[in-house]
Amino acid sequence: MRAYDLIELAGRNLREAGLRNSLTTLGIGVGVASLVAMLSLGIGLQKLATKQLGRSGLFDTVVVTARGDSRGPRFAQAAPVTAQAKPLDDAARHNFEQMANVAEVYPNFSAVGDVRLETDKTGNHFTVVGTLPQSARTSEAFDDVQGSFFSSGIAEEAIILGDFGRDLLNLPREPRGTDVKLTPEQADQLLGKYIVVRYHKREAGESAPLAGKTTKKGQPDPDDVDSSDGIKAEDAQSFNLVPKQLKLKIVGIVSSEPNRGFRQGRTPVFLPLALAESLDMVQAGELWSTLRPSDTKTYVALIVRVGRSKAVAQVEDDIRKQGFSTFSILDASKGITRFFTFLDLFLGIFGSLALAVASLGIVNTLVMAILERRREIGIMKALGASDGDVKRIFFFEAGSMGIMGGALGAGLGWTIGRVINFATNIYLQRQDIKPENFWVVPVWLVAAALGFSVFVSMFAGLYPASRAARLDPVQALRHD
Amino acid sequence: MATNGTEFESVRTVSVVRHYKLGRTLIPAVDGVSLAAGRGEFIALLGASGSGKSTLLNLIAGLDRPDSGAIVVEGSDLATMTSEQLAQYRRHTVGMVFQSFNLVPTMTLYENVELPMRFAEVKRKERRARVVEALERVGLSDRMKHRPSEMSGGEQQRAALARALANRPKLLLADEPTGNLDSKTGTEIMDLIRELNRTLEMTVIMVTHERPLAERYANRLVFLGDGKLVGESVNELEKIGVAR
Repeated sequence: MRAYDLIELAGRNLREAGLRNSLTTLGIGVGVASLVAMLSLGIGLQKLATKQLGRSGLFDTVVVTARGDSRGPRFAQAAPVTAQAKPLDDAARHNFEQMANVAEVYPNFSAVGDVRLETDKTGNHFTVVGTLPQSARTSEAFDDVQGSFFSSGIAEEAIILGDFGRDLLNLPREPRGTDVKLTPEQADQLLGKYIVVRYHKREAGESAPLAGKTTKKGQPDPDDVDSSDGIKAEDAQSFNLVPKQLKLKIVGIVSSEPNRGFRQGRTPVFLPLALAESLDMVQAGELWSTLRPSDTKTYVALIVRVGRSKAVAQVEDDIRKQGFSTFSILDASKGITRFFTFLDLFLGIFGSLALAVASLGIVNTLVMAILERRREIGIMKALGASDGDVKRIFFFEAGSMGIMGGALGAGLGWTIGRVINFATNIYLQRQDIKPENFWVVPVWLVAAALGFSVFVSMFAGLYPASRAARLDPVQALRHD
Repeated sequence: MATNGTEFESVRTVSVVRHYKLGRTLIPAVDGVSLAAGRGEFIALLGASGSGKSTLLNLIAGLDRPDSGAIVVEGSDLATMTSEQLAQYRRHTVGMVFQSFNLVPTMTLYENVELPMRFAEVKRKERRARVVEALERVGLSDRMKHRPSEMSGGEQQRAALARALANRPKLLLADEPTGNLDSKTGTEIMDLIRELNRTLEMTVIMVTHERPLAERYANRLVFLGDGKLVGESVNELEKIGVAR
């Protein structure tokens, strides 16, 4: 039998028992809708979670340190012993930048210094001064920024944390670790104002005793007396720490630390990375490297941002093979992926239950149709229909109900998702929480739901179709 | 009209046996029937109900399979065919009409006649011409869009005949074709069958229990009793019919 005859015959059968078939199709539709709704909730939640985590900079970040350098994170995975340890210098940084899937490489750069408001001569705050690369603009911390991001990578501007803003304004401190959002009035007192940062610049110098030139308060003096002999021997590496001060305009106030990543401790003030590098600021914890002979400037740690979070493992591995130590939170991200796989599976099973019930509806409808069309099947066989022809007609009817039910269900599931999303966001907005799209219906899910619906329907059609095909025409045509 | 010789032979059954199980006992519906029909012959199968005549017809139609014996139609043995081959055989070689007409009630007359051509994969363009031709032959070309329920019994049986002709079969099998009709329309149908038998040279095998009808139209009368062939007579009266 040709395809169009099959379609016509199956189509007319579907129309003949229109109400019953419509109800069966509706049943499949509801089943598919519940599946789509459940899975799109799972997908939406996963997207939301990975988006949040992704923007936190944890999952696409590899921290690179030189092997044998104890300044780096303690938990870094050491390079394989076979690889030769290399200095973490500009050559290495450039090398990482050239690697596939690497979006950005920047130093984990932070200095210490005294920070005060320009107008407040007495309110000095000794604190860590961090830096932000231009890419930090997309960090979730800037979702509710008061003011703006840096106007350029070298602008003499600063972004501060809300609770540091309170410090600057001499307001009582909130408990540590809580995100502080300033009131618009408080923010107005800070935005556009200037802060003065006093820091130390590293300058190449004569073979002068290191400790003698350092005036920085609070930094422990190196007590290794022998080191002065070493420095005398290597004049080229000697340098001076020169106190400097810098005026920065406050352009933005954030409530949580942007690009927090693996940064340790609290960093309440940020300036543009390129600016900080150009200033040769002495970094926090750099004392160690100042005592270590090296021909070139080396980094304490480099942050490698990977374009695709799936490529993190590969990038990390490649860097380790080059002789550096690395750290990433990949294992944690694997755990999260596993959790969502289970969640999706669980939601999928729940959603499929309705579809399973609906598929029983198909079996029921078609078995009824066989009883009803018993004589007709007999006639068709007497007129030359093969068992296969009869089977295909019933199969096609099941498949058609699957396609229509699937389309109906995908549409219905999408609508349910929209409505619930809409309603929940109204609720979230009332609670002053940013609305989120946690109900996502991707195209592949619609296609998969359609395909699955057809598959389930065909499977449900197997038994009725083969039963119809086996029907004995002599029995069916017996006139009684 | 020849009744012997294979090249003129349309149907030959050789010791065909078909029995049904009823509980533990086997009921022989057809019990060793050997019968031959020449091309273009009109044979009437006569017998009381339960004599096995309908079972024999279903066996020849390829709707049923014999338990033993052979049924050779147009040179091929139905007993050795696969079910797909049997379907092919029913599609192309046999046309059937029944006592209860067996038109599909939800289809129009046109669609009913077209139905066997769907299974035979006749091209769409050709179908219309064939439907019209078949309906003209039975005198129903003005009723194409009517459903069976809108037609009289005689018209329905004529429609069934048109459907049986659709794939231009060599063999027409009729199971009590006049059983549900009054005698006048019954006669009309029989006239039509005889006309098809003569003009299209179709072999006709008809099951009936009305002996007068058989004597009036068939070349040969075959009598069945308890599944066995119990008698046969070449119909002399039929020759009068020819002359008429």
